[in-house]
Amino acid sequence: MEANIAVPSDEKNAWNGGGKRPFGASYGKMMMWFFIVSDAITFSGFLAAYGLTRFKFIDSWPIADEVFTHIPFFHGNYPMIYVAFMTFVLIASSVTMVLAVDAGHQMNKKKVTIYMFLTIIGGLIFVGSQAWEWDTFIKGSYGAVKTTDGKILQFVTGDEINNEGEMKFHQIALSDFVVGERTNEREQHIRQNGLWFEDEATISNYSIDQVINAYNSNPNILVKTELINADKKEKIILSREEGAAQLAKTKLVVEGANLEVNEYGNTIFADFFFFITGFHGFHVFSGIIINIIIFFNVILGTYERRGNYEMVEKVGLYWHFVDLVWVFVFTFFYLV
Amino acid sequence: MAHAHESNLKRIWIVFGILSVVTIVEVYLGIIKPDLLNFPVKPFESGFFGTIGNVLLSPVIFTSPLNFIFIVLTLVKAYYITWAFMHMEGEKKWFRRAAVWTATFLICYLVTLLLVEGDYLYSTLAPLVKW
Repeated sequence: MEANIAVPSDEKNAWNGGGKRPFGASYGKMMMWFFIVSDAITFSGFLAAYGLTRFKFIDSWPIADEVFTHIPFFHGNYPMIYVAFMTFVLIASSVTMVLAVDAGHQMNKKKVTIYMFLTIIGGLIFVGSQAWEWDTFIKGSYGAVKTTDGKILQFVTGDEINNEGEMKFHQIALSDFVVGERTNEREQHIRQNGLWFEDEATISNYSIDQVINAYNSNPNILVKTELINADKKEKIILSREEGAAQLAKTKLVVEGANLEVNEYGNTIFADFFFFITGFHGFHVFSGIIINIIIFFNVILGTYERRGNYEMVEKVGLYWHFVDLVWVFVFTFFYLV
Repeated sequence: MAHAHESNLKRIWIVFGILSVVTIVEVYLGIIKPDLLNFPVKPFESGFFGTIGNVLLSPVIFTSPLNFIFIVLTLVKAYYITWAFMHMEGEKKWFRRAAVWTATFLICYLVTLLLVEGDYLYSTLAPLVKW
């Protein structure tokens, strides 16, 4: 009976469950580990769902190198570079965190303060970078059109012919070949055709007719479909005639990305991007907040008085978990 | 917590070095995508040994060696982060296993199921799509 009766206690150490240490681990540390296991399984659920969806659309999924190509402050095509930078920042912040934990074991308050500060800075740089990635993703780089079949068509033009005699293509923006201001009238909502609580549809920079006319008048522009050539692992580029036939079915000019349509390909691609990186970014953000709280506690000397820096260790576990998740997200979103 | 405090510092920097090198390799391969590695692995033709080979190599078939390398390198990074940074090596053996075995088992189960189903969805729905 003793085991399951709650006995009121006057002990001050009620927070740690009475001081028992199964496996030699304190209550807080063990619970943090179990929480991490549950959160890891949550994230693996998200990534497994991403895997299922990607397998379902394995022949038409956007290629990450063609989507994530920008760095801040620079123009040009730099696939994967910024994501690699973000990965380094997070790994470095993990290193400063483990150095803080190590300093805590030596009861070196000054070192713990410095390293925790650096960890927080690293976390803020990561979250800021992720926010910038979202902004670039939503704003869009090139622009595309969506057909009545629900397919995205992008535009490419040819480079020089490479050694094997193949023509290499690179994607171009709508603004590169479509000229002039938008010519179609925009639909304005007035009393007769609008509802006060609904906005008008987003207006693209160019109208459908403008895009098709520009394509027809420029023989160097070709259409790139979503479909992937399985042997070369490249997107299939249509001939001028096939491209014109597909363009005739255009329903919408798409610039950027939202939850319903995006210029990179399948709608669900953007949805998963926002959801998974958003969830991860939220975890990083909450980790930063917690780190800041513990940072102030370190400065105030709470852990010196307590006699151990175990709280820094527990918070460090959470931070490393966040890094671990990012390593997997990075692999399955950007590399594979 | 009575372990040699000073020796940990060197190990932390060594692990940081390992993680950085692995990340650089991954990013390099991810940008270059060498043709030598970037091809789908076809399954063996039928036959007793062919079937056994297919079952054993099932994680690799229809994916490319490049993707397989990415996944292996990611698991290497995960191992080092968990073992050294999260200091799993300092915990008791069965506490380690309570966390790692649970998560590994459940994740493997879920991923296997979902990827098989995703593949089925592709094989069923893809022929119906109008390109």
